[in-house]
Amino acid sequence: MIRLNAKIPEGPLADKWTRYKATQKLVNPANKRKLDIIIVGTGLAGASAAASLGELGFNVSAFCYQDSPRRAHSIAAQGGINAAKNYRNDGDSVYRLFYDTIKGGDYRSREANVYRLAEVSNAIIDQCVAQGVPFAREYGGLLDNRSFGGAQVSRTFYARGQTGQQLLLGAYGALSRQIAKGTVKMFTRSEMLDLVIVDGKARGIITRNLVTGEITRHAAHAVVLATGGYGNAFFLSTNAMGSNGSAIWQAYKKGAFFANPAFVQIHPTCIPVHGDYQSKLTLMSESLRNDGRIWVPKKKEDAEAIRAGKLSSVDIPEEDRDYYLERRYPAFGNLVPRDVASRAAKERCDAGYGVGTGLAVYLDFTDAINRLGKNVIEERYGNLFQMYEKITDENPYKTPMMIYPAIHYTMGGIWVDYELMTTIPGLFAIGEANFSDHGANRLGASALMQGLADGYFVLPYTIQNYLAGEIMTPRISTSLQEFQDAENAISERISRLMSIKGKRTVDQIHREFGMKLWDLVGMGRNKDGLQQALTSFKDMKDEFWGNIRIPGDAAGMNPELEKAGRVADFIELGELMALDALNREESCGGHFREEHQTPEGEAMRHDGKFMYVSAWEYQGKDKEPILHKENIDYEFIKVQVRNYKI
Amino acid sequence: MSLLRYRSEIIKFKEMNFTLKIWRQENARAKGRFETYQLQDISPDCSFLEMLDILNQQLIDKFEKPVCFDHDCREGICGACGLYINGRPHGPDKGITTCQLHMRKFKDGDTIVVEPWRAKPFPVIKDLVVDRSAFDKIIQAGGFISVNTGGVPDANTIPVPRKNADIAMDAAACIGCGACVAACKNASAMLFVAAKVSQFAMLPQGQVEAKERVLKMVQKMDELGFGNCTNTGACEAECPKEISLSHIARMNREYFSATFNA
Ligand SMILES: Cc1cc2nc3c(=O)[nH]c(=O)nc-3n(C[C@H](O)[C@H](O)[C@H](O)COP(=O)(O)OP(=O)(O)OC[C@H]3O[C@@H](n4cnc5c(N)ncnc54)[C@H](O)[C@@H]3O)c2cc1C
Ligand code: FES
Repeated sequence: MIRLNAKIPEGPLADKWTRYKATQKLVNPANKRKLDIIIVGTGLAGASAAASLGELGFNVSAFCYQDSPRRAHSIAAQGGINAAKNYRNDGDSVYRLFYDTIKGGDYRSREANVYRLAEVSNAIIDQCVAQGVPFAREYGGLLDNRSFGGAQVSRTFYARGQTGQQLLLGAYGALSRQIAKGTVKMFTRSEMLDLVIVDGKARGIITRNLVTGEITRHAAHAVVLATGGYGNAFFLSTNAMGSNGSAIWQAYKKGAFFANPAFVQIHPTCIPVHGDYQSKLTLMSESLRNDGRIWVPKKKEDAEAIRAGKLSSVDIPEEDRDYYLERRYPAFGNLVPRDVASRAAKERCDAGYGVGTGLAVYLDFTDAINRLGKNVIEERYGNLFQMYEKITDENPYKTPMMIYPAIHYTMGGIWVDYELMTTIPGLFAIGEANFSDHGANRLGASALMQGLADGYFVLPYTIQNYLAGEIMTPRISTSLQEFQDAENAISERISRLMSIKGKRTVDQIHREFGMKLWDLVGMGRNKDGLQQALTSFKDMKDEFWGNIRIPGDAAGMNPELEKAGRVADFIELGELMALDALNREESCGGHFREEHQTPEGEAMRHDGKFMYVSAWEYQGKDKEPILHKENIDYEFIKVQVRNYKI
Repeated sequence: MSLLRYRSEIIKFKEMNFTLKIWRQENARAKGRFETYQLQDISPDCSFLEMLDILNQQLIDKFEKPVCFDHDCREGICGACGLYINGRPHGPDKGITTCQLHMRKFKDGDTIVVEPWRAKPFPVIKDLVVDRSAFDKIIQAGGFISVNTGGVPDANTIPVPRKNADIAMDAAACIGCGACVAACKNASAMLFVAAKVSQFAMLPQGQVEAKERVLKMVQKMDELGFGNCTNTGACEAECPKEISLSHIARMNREYFSATFNA
């Protein structure tokens, strides 16, 4: 069995990254121009990497499926980005950010990676400010902060409720500058459909032009995947409609190991599902938990009356409200990490205390409005309140918001080593697409941090350590047989999809599959359910490949064809998620196995048996993948039971 | 409040019927035409794009081609969606994008006309999808601050008065959807360009390249065939992020001072 080598540098934790940089191989300027890099995805991770590598002088090609890099899913991030600046003088430090992230991840992430993340976090804020990102400021003109879950310090930088937008536009500006200079060639409305491997190394990709339908080959010395997460497998999620797992799934099928596929984040504060026509779920930022208090009625009969429309939230007197997070977790209260808050909401609703449709709890701002005034609340969360009102037709300044957990983020992803390289030489994965830093649960405001850390400050170094060995390799030709074969396989797959001409639309099958995934591989998982999922997903695959209907043709713009390819991959990915969840007989972070909980309903880890990253290796169609284990050794911190009570 | 709740509950249960007149165009070269569709039993809580999803499912069931439209985030931030609905960019509601529009804003039995953005610099690609790459080109011409990764000063060494930071943020809220261009009878991109110029004009970091930036961006805008601004204010009225005309005024000042000093 292959032993996974994470290539963690030797030495004390705080020196590892400095030492790495001091001793790694670099590429000189003249050689940089001769080296081609493909970057798939131009969200925060991809855009920052493309801009930085272009600035260094590499010859970069970047791809996205939207009509402009400015529209990547990162744009939707609301709440903020973490950094260990300690501008508040509240006791923050690189070590504390590192520690909170490891603990928040329920002790399933690598120390060295997470420490590096915390270490470069401050440089991200400096970089973004220099780019003109309009972060929120205090009256003295210096940067403001807010708090996010899982931390007792205020380390989150934000730009109103549009932090992701502003950071992405910053990176998009830097990318645009390189496009104008000609160091980056941008391919928009282009979807990567396959990865091309030549002599064991990643050497290119096959794309489909979403306007013309044309299939094209692109070659490079290295390929970087920055294609985001696979949360859309569930159909209903907070992700953008086009977010997909296809690029990383093709990489997996070509030999890149897939790590911790079962680690999915369910965000506690989303607008509840309200109709079967619904196409997506909308997040209400975690930052709202700074000022909002979460509750349900204490009495079941009150909850029933509310559901029947006989009572409303304001009719419930203070003493009959159960602020269940404050009750269960006094130390962190409403700011417990997401997995904890989500499960607590589910627990209350399952017990019959839910409001609205029964699958909702209140997020109430009355106290904050009374304390701070409506203006302050509007200043902090105005756009979120507006968004809420547009969707639900209710005014959250007057009545509490109703929220429920929803699929939001995927901690799992392509396995990478310390250099962010996958198990395929020359293939790198950054941002949400990789599995690296968040363990079994990501803390709020840390995805933006990780995406930009990877793209601005980590990959531009580590990729050189690989490319230094490629300076003698001439430009790769797209006429190689490997490219021909990959293109043929893609064309065949498309013709096959088009020729099924069955009875069901892609959305119908995706919705049905997504619901099953949510029920069986969602917030609570158990052995029977997971086994049932595995059988049922096999049937769904048959149903998909036997009964899908795609109108129109493959030449030209055809959104149904785009969706079909993505859903075909999601169903396979769902199988791997179920398999991974079945294997991990413990509860940790977002992965909750109902068989493994304490009498109080808290997650129970089994460190002796599961202190490892599961890295799955593809074995071929209909064959069970092989599980490789990367043991996680904690050298520097003491592993504890996560406790947000005291 | 109880009245409000009562009303919204009644509306919530009543489903609606619509007649849709939608622009269909096979590709950039083909001639387009309006097609009429009837749609029944739509929930008022359904979003406009979800209503189109329902229509598309019905079209696919009949072996017809679904209507193409751009969309991604479906929460008003990516700027991908943009439909011209009953003669207004993003439809009848104020301060929102098409994906945030809900059917409760229409009346049962309404006829709804849906068109793509109509502007020369935004050619139609298919049905309701247009090519807005001209906006990317304007940004590439200078809509950024030229700093490379690394080697920048500590963030708090650049203090920015809070008021200025707020104005910069108001401008930076632009999502690049193109509604301003679609709303303007001259197809001017002034509000889009002004939003970027104004954001950087309010920040100390933006000063170094201020002159060059405004000149290059305006030149590129003209080159790409966007029309002149005649101050009708239609752009501001239709902007989903309610970006104010005052940014255009600020850009004009920047532009004149740049040409004057050039
Ligand atoms: C509503 C919401 C709010 C959030 N708020 C926060 C927050 O406040 N703080 C925080 O830290 N995190 C937040 N997150 C998480 C965070 O936004 C994401 O994890 C992060 O932005 C992902 O960035 P990325 O660059 O890895 O990928 P993405 O931004 O998802 O970009 C993916 C890119 O890949 C491209 N792509 C995908 N597939 C293909 C393909 N097959 N071919 C070609 N191109 C492809 C896309 O076009 C896009 O350019 C939020 C997430 C959501 C959904
Ligand atoms: S789909 Fe993103 S703004 Fe409408």
